[in-house]
Amino acid sequence: MREYFSNIWSGLFTVLVGMKITFKHLFEPSVTIQYPDEKPKLPERARNRLYVNMDDCIGCDQCSRACPVSCIEIETVKALPTDDLGKTSQGKKKALWVTKFNIDFAKCCYCQLCVFPCPTECIYMTETYEFSEYQRDSLNYSFVTLTPSEIEEKKDNFAKFEAEKAAQKAAAAAAPKPAQKTDE
Amino acid sequence: MIIYEYLSELFGSSVLASVIQSLFPLIFLIPFALFAVWLERKVSAFMQDRIGPNRVGKHGWLQTVADILKLIQKEDITAANADKPLFNIAPVLVFAGSYLAFAAIPFSSAYIGSSIDLGLLFIVAASGFVVAGILMGGWASNNKYSLLGAVRSAAQVVSYEIPTVLVILSVVMLTGSLSLYELSEMQTSSIHNWILFGGNAPLLQKILLIPFMFIGFIILYISSLAEVNRTPFDIPEAESELVAGFHTEYSGMKFAMFFLAEYANMFAVSAIVSAIFLGGYQSPFGYLGNTLGLSWLVPIEQFLWFSAKGLFFVFVQMWLRWTLPRLRVDQLMALCWKYLIPIAFVNLLIIGLIVLIKI
Repeated sequence: MREYFSNIWSGLFTVLVGMKITFKHLFEPSVTIQYPDEKPKLPERARNRLYVNMDDCIGCDQCSRACPVSCIEIETVKALPTDDLGKTSQGKKKALWVTKFNIDFAKCCYCQLCVFPCPTECIYMTETYEFSEYQRDSLNYSFVTLTPSEIEEKKDNFAKFEAEKAAQKAAAAAAPKPAQKTDE
Repeated sequence: MIIYEYLSELFGSSVLASVIQSLFPLIFLIPFALFAVWLERKVSAFMQDRIGPNRVGKHGWLQTVADILKLIQKEDITAANADKPLFNIAPVLVFAGSYLAFAAIPFSSAYIGSSIDLGLLFIVAASGFVVAGILMGGWASNNKYSLLGAVRSAAQVVSYEIPTVLVILSVVMLTGSLSLYELSEMQTSSIHNWILFGGNAPLLQKILLIPFMFIGFIILYISSLAEVNRTPFDIPEAESELVAGFHTEYSGMKFAMFFLAEYANMFAVSAIVSAIFLGGYQSPFGYLGNTLGLSWLVPIEQFLWFSAKGLFFVFVQMWLRWTLPRLRVDQLMALCWKYLIPIAFVNLLIIGLIVLIKI
């Protein structure tokens, strides 16, 4: 009999306790972040989409070699001695035309291993994480600043330069070199 | 009452006046349902520290209108193996059952659907209609979840009708009337005339009655909550067990009918509880219309008080819903047969004794 009444009492009492708690929460500010309108603050070292600052890139290919999934493709062409490529923001001289710098984000695993070897700190993580696409190909980002015609031009220039050099060499080899000839 | 007389004078026909005045609760109910659905979603959201609907209109107040527009456009699906006539009648029956209760509920001293003497008995009987509709829908759906939900609902409503009637009976013993209109008129003028505080009884009797009236009030509120299948007594439509219970197979406007009936029921039950114990449409402080000498203002104030009390209890229903988990079937039956009915019965006897000795 005592148990019966204590059951009733605890039943009613615990309902009131619960109601008190929910009533308190009625006036508490919500914890919702309304995502597309407001974004959560990312942690300081969050790893998202990569960005390459091509002004600083010297085409050293170190990031590509560090990448565990080989998602970075880099091709470079040597600059002619007459070309002026400018300097990086850290004062390093650039010696290569970067004709291809593709990062395939469909492959990228966001490990950040490419960021550390970069000598000019030109490849880094950004805060962008909304870049879904309908085609897998569209995730292959190209960071090259040169236009296709410029790339052709640089390649041609280099080929010509090489050819000239080779021709010079050949000419030098074919031509007799009396001054240097010594008896053997 | 006044409205009915006015209408029958206006049209010169009592039949036409009855038909027109029978539509008034619907005019009240549809905006109420739209508002209550929105309120339910907002209350649930705030209690869980969320925001709730906030895209359609300011603070999402048009959300339910958008929902209704969506429901109207939806395909009206009748499952291939369903019993079609019964399946189609069921939502209408459920809504009709919950609408019937409004015939005997006084909205203000100027309006009551029908001032029958046996109003409370009529309401108890009419709410049985809802069970018939639910059972019909669950059976005709030809779906195990629907049938289980419907059978559970029948068992639950039949069980909880008993404590409800016992509490109503104890109030009837005190007041000697089954008409909600008369009950409301009795609790006039001030808060201490509410039946919750002993009604119009003499002072000593009143003091003796108060604790038992509170017990009766709590029992009536719990059992009415169970009768409208709201959480924590929502085992007929337990989402986590039975998909959606008896209305699993319904879609589009037929589902909307069930939904409207649920919210109509919520308000009906709240209105009955407030009319029996808390003065119905009567103001607890007196009327602005009386002090200003504007007699036409009084019924309007009464209507506002009535809807405020109804809405408050609807809010408490929502509050309970988002506080308590669902009862198991055996717990549900134990609560009714082992606790509510014996207490209501003892309560009935004690109130009967107090009324009888006439201190």
